[in-house]
Amino acid sequence: MSARADGGPARAGADPAASRANADAAANGAGTGADPADPDGRGELLAVHATDVTLAYQQRPVLWDVDLEVPRGALMAIVGPNGAGKTTLLRTVLGLLRPAAGGVRIFGRPYAEQRRLVAYVPQRSSVDWDFPTTVLDVVTMGTYGGLGWVRRPGASERRRAQAALAQVGMQDYEARQISQLSGGQQQRVFLARALVQDAQVYLMDEPFQGVDATTERTIVELLRALRADGRTVVAVHHDLQTVREYFTHVTLLNVRRIADGPVAEAFTEANLRLTYGGRMAGIGAARAPDHAEPPA
Amino acid sequence: METLTGLFTDYTLRTVALGAAALGIVSGALGAFAVLRRQALLGDAMSHAALPGVALAFLLTGSRAPLVLMIGAGLTGWLAAVAVVGIVRASRIKTDTAMALTLSVGFGAGLVALTYVQRQPGAGKAGLDRFLFGQAAAILQTDVVTMAAVGALGLLAVLALWKEFKLLSFDPDFAATLGMPSRRLDVALTSLLVVAIVVGLKTVGVVLMSAMVVAPGAAARQWTDRLGVMVLLSALFGAAAGVLGAVLSTAAGVSTGPTIVLTATGLVAASMLFAPNRGLLWARLRARRRRWLLARETVLADLAALIAQHPRSVRQAHDVAALHSLRGRSAVNRALAELGAQGLVRHHHDNAWSLTSRGWTAAARLERRRAPADAP
Repeated sequence: MSARADGGPARAGADPAASRANADAAANGAGTGADPADPDGRGELLAVHATDVTLAYQQRPVLWDVDLEVPRGALMAIVGPNGAGKTTLLRTVLGLLRPAAGGVRIFGRPYAEQRRLVAYVPQRSSVDWDFPTTVLDVVTMGTYGGLGWVRRPGASERRRAQAALAQVGMQDYEARQISQLSGGQQQRVFLARALVQDAQVYLMDEPFQGVDATTERTIVELLRALRADGRTVVAVHHDLQTVREYFTHVTLLNVRRIADGPVAEAFTEANLRLTYGGRMAGIGAARAPDHAEPPA
Repeated sequence: METLTGLFTDYTLRTVALGAAALGIVSGALGAFAVLRRQALLGDAMSHAALPGVALAFLLTGSRAPLVLMIGAGLTGWLAAVAVVGIVRASRIKTDTAMALTLSVGFGAGLVALTYVQRQPGAGKAGLDRFLFGQAAAILQTDVVTMAAVGALGLLAVLALWKEFKLLSFDPDFAATLGMPSRRLDVALTSLLVVAIVVGLKTVGVVLMSAMVVAPGAAARQWTDRLGVMVLLSALFGAAAGVLGAVLSTAAGVSTGPTIVLTATGLVAASMLFAPNRGLLWARLRARRRRWLLARETVLADLAALIAQHPRSVRQAHDVAALHSLRGRSAVNRALAELGAQGLVRHHHDNAWSLTSRGWTAAARLERRRAPADAP
């Protein structure tokens, strides 16, 4: 596949973020060996590693032989046109969908073993916001994974949820019924729920979709804070204009993986054209210096 | 009145009321989850499909023990849920069609089995036809005990798995990413819906039982924004509808199921109208209030504009006859009276009104709010 060949060089390029993460991981591994993201002490390079993922709905391929390689500590955008399989890829990584072929590893191990290291921020529209519950209650749901069966969340879970709400600037809303929130506030509630999980890898499905400016700023700051803390973020993203500003890595996807790697190398006009067809020429991508613009 | 005192003295009536209360609590509490998970119609398919189970259980065992019939009903009801899910998954038939199919096939099979049972020698008195529309007067103490025991088990399960069921109802995908067995929890909660249904079958009947699952939850949702309160209220509403309906139907000698369901529907209607926040009545009143506040603001702005047309007389009174002709005399006068009470306008003589300094400030604020586009 030519698309695949085009994606190759970008991946092969040196990846400063990955090697830095590698050094960190190695240092941790040599120390106590208590790094949750590196249970084997091997300094696993990739936070998320999906290989050869293929998935079809009623004979129509949605993902075709897709690899996803997310270096530890990266902020990676998954970019592609509607129907490219971005959400499907994310849901496959989370084990919500079973691929027809291929597999997913989180820090070198199957997802089922690494669940506690992964937090998920679904699309806002995926739930009924008229459900009878409060903001604090939704955020507290992020603690359920650590509680086990039957046990109810108590005072310490409540405190953690409140701290996460403060992190996204929603501390004054904890008693609100969730239907009384704006779209941006709903998004921040979902982010807070993921923060409570205190994960190593954050998988977000269109976190910037339809949010206000305040929320957008909050999310950007959050992404930077997570990165500064050595966490990894993978986000389905739609706004090509902001990919360079918000993310360090990018995967261009359209049923197949078109290209991936650090933004500077993979997010080129040529790759974008391959991803979107001729439609998106000129959008926010790096100049392709040696090529003339194609006729409109 | 006689019926009400009978609640405490008449043995039969007390049994009926206890049974109806048990059924109301169980179907109300468990049904609240069905309402939130949009399984109302699934409940209907399950209750209709429970009928062949009742007949089969009797044919196979020859027993009319409540537990035996409940197990039979539960099994076929549960199979109906499996059938709906299976049809949707294996074919391109959509959920609503799958449910309608399952409901009618289940009910049809039940009616055939029932008529077959009736023709069996000695079975005529089995009273299985009561399972169609329910007959509270036929409720015996053994029925009540079984209903209460089965229902209590269902309620205990909900209490134990409260946070799991809550998360499953709100965001099943997120529950799965946490490692909760979403599929199995889904099966468990749907099975509890079967429990809610079979508990009430003999009292309410298969045809209308789904209303007892849905109505209390729908009514309770109007009053609260907390899941816990909603489930509790739903149980209370279910019990109230059950007892009231059962007692009324016994007193009037009519079918119990329809009477209970009508009572429950009354609760839903009242809740939809009168519940604060979500109630239609309050929404109407709030909308009216907003319209009036807007009209009052308009009168203030209009008066300010009238006075401002005469540059020398900014502090002076102006005749409001123009406003009367524009907006109606009584509405304008009422608005002016209220604005006057707030200290925004002052009455001088006849139709002459002026703005106070606070009135001018308020009018300027309105002006800014109405033309925000040019703001720097």
